[in-house]
Amino acid sequence: MTETFYEVMRRQGISRRSFLKFCSLTAAALGLGPEFAGKIAHAMENKPRIPILWLHGLECTCCSESFIRSAHPLAKDVILSMVSLDYDDTIMAASGHQAEAIIEEIVEKYKGNYIVAVEGNPPLNEDGMYCIVGGKPFVEQLRYATEHCKAIISWGSCASYGCVQAAKPNPTRATPVHKVITDKPIIKVPGCPPIAEVMTAVVTYMLTFERMPELDRQGRPKMFYSQRIHDKCYRRPHFDAGQFVESWDDEGARKGYCLYKVGCKGPTTYNACSTIRWNEGTSFPIQAGHGCIGCSEDGFWDKGSWYARLTDINQFGIESNADAVGGSVAAVVGGAVAAHAAVSAVKRAANKGEE
Amino acid sequence: MTSNAARVHSEPAVYVYEAPLRLWHWINALAITVLAVTGYFIGSPLPSMPGEASDNFLMGYIRFAHFAAGYVVAIGFLFRIYWAFVGNEPARQIIVPAVFNAEWWKGVVHELRWYLFLTKEPKKYIGHNPLAQLVMHVMFVWGMVFLIVTGFALYGEGTGMGSWQYELFSAWVIPLFGQSQDVHTWHHLAMWLIIVFVIVHVYVAVREDIMSRQSIISSMVSGWRSFRDTRKTEGDEF
Repeated sequence: MTETFYEVMRRQGISRRSFLKFCSLTAAALGLGPEFAGKIAHAMENKPRIPILWLHGLECTCCSESFIRSAHPLAKDVILSMVSLDYDDTIMAASGHQAEAIIEEIVEKYKGNYIVAVEGNPPLNEDGMYCIVGGKPFVEQLRYATEHCKAIISWGSCASYGCVQAAKPNPTRATPVHKVITDKPIIKVPGCPPIAEVMTAVVTYMLTFERMPELDRQGRPKMFYSQRIHDKCYRRPHFDAGQFVESWDDEGARKGYCLYKVGCKGPTTYNACSTIRWNEGTSFPIQAGHGCIGCSEDGFWDKGSWYARLTDINQFGIESNADAVGGSVAAVVGGAVAAHAAVSAVKRAANKGEE
Repeated sequence: MTSNAARVHSEPAVYVYEAPLRLWHWINALAITVLAVTGYFIGSPLPSMPGEASDNFLMGYIRFAHFAAGYVVAIGFLFRIYWAFVGNEPARQIIVPAVFNAEWWKGVVHELRWYLFLTKEPKKYIGHNPLAQLVMHVMFVWGMVFLIVTGFALYGEGTGMGSWQYELFSAWVIPLFGQSQDVHTWHHLAMWLIIVFVIVHVYVAVREDIMSRQSIISSMVSGWRSFRDTRKTEGDEF
């Protein structure tokens, strides 16, 4: 019998009091009612621990960096100890063949009952040779590890959408996980990186309730990705009032006006930054005076300047946007109409002359 | 114009545009103007307002005008589709043009030749000429469908998950385009499509009013189409 979460935590030197605090904190973070703290505690005391394999493909490790900075130190310790016991090549103690053997062991021992968390994505060009883990292409490790898994968590924008390595022209053909593994339930936790508390909460939810949180159509947990940054932004009143930062360091910037005109992507970005914030709730990009760059949205690297509201349309040349394209077309049509009118007038006058 | 027609001036008239259709046309024109202006200022806002945020609500009013006019256009469009089925023949033409009729395509070609100054005079039509039907159907009808669908998808983002706007539109439109930003860009481009349509539409209406054999602008006000000669009228069957 595998040990339970509670046993693992006690073995890590966590007191019962701290354990219960963790349970109530998690219930609150997940937006559950007070009675769920007890349910979480009960589940953790009785359910065998579900192992997690944390794989790393083409990525920058910012997801891991974010994860280990989870606001509540206790949450971090608990989740991390639960996860690191199995496989996470950047933070585990084992290395080399010893580390790789763990994957095999988990796959054999827990067939159909373990979770694979993927940070980064596999490049598919040249048979996956652009990302080698343990002497083999990462895509092979990914296929092997996910074959018998229960579910997949796509950490960050790399695994969810492709992110910077998949930006045009994507020379390595970096491909998001859901386009490579198509027969497993996948939960996307996009962001570059995702918010630490969102990551720990998603893991806790899945481990505790043994099911995926409710997802939206794009596969993101609704509890964290159902609203835009803009919907809960503390600068929103300035947007509604029509008070904007016109350029960096102007009076509006000093007064903390809305960053919409300097390209904030808050109105088109679904994430929880404006509510949960970062680094133990200290701040988030807009609070620091910079617009949202939309890092948790699909293809955010290819949407043109982070400092312009209207998105670039690359098909029509560099730095073209909807107004530039539409305005040019309207001007051309307007010119054609004027020319046509002139010819019509001349023709008409000529016809009159004939009569 | 023949010398005979000049001497015996007669203007037979037919009632073509029924009152509900004319009312829709002008309300729709006004609402589209409001939508284009406010929509442009949502994409590129006006200079910042001075004073406290609590004293101002400019973006709020601009967005409200956009959403209100959007509802007017959407409801009007539904009515217009309905009217295509219960109204008279000309009301049907731009919604369901006779694209499977070879004669109709000949009419399109003839109108094109008229606009390229290759033919001496246009044909007379009780309703819209075939070229007008084609352009209105492709640019206006489908342009409006696109704008209404993407517009409600963007609006649903604000009303949030669970609202009918989100469930009916945002939930499938936004993943279809990739992400919200793309829907914004396409919605914006479609606005320019409608602006181009309006430029052509107004020019052609004025030009035809002067140069063709029938009234155009006054018809959309009074509903009556008068003809400047008594010769054969084309395209009655369309």
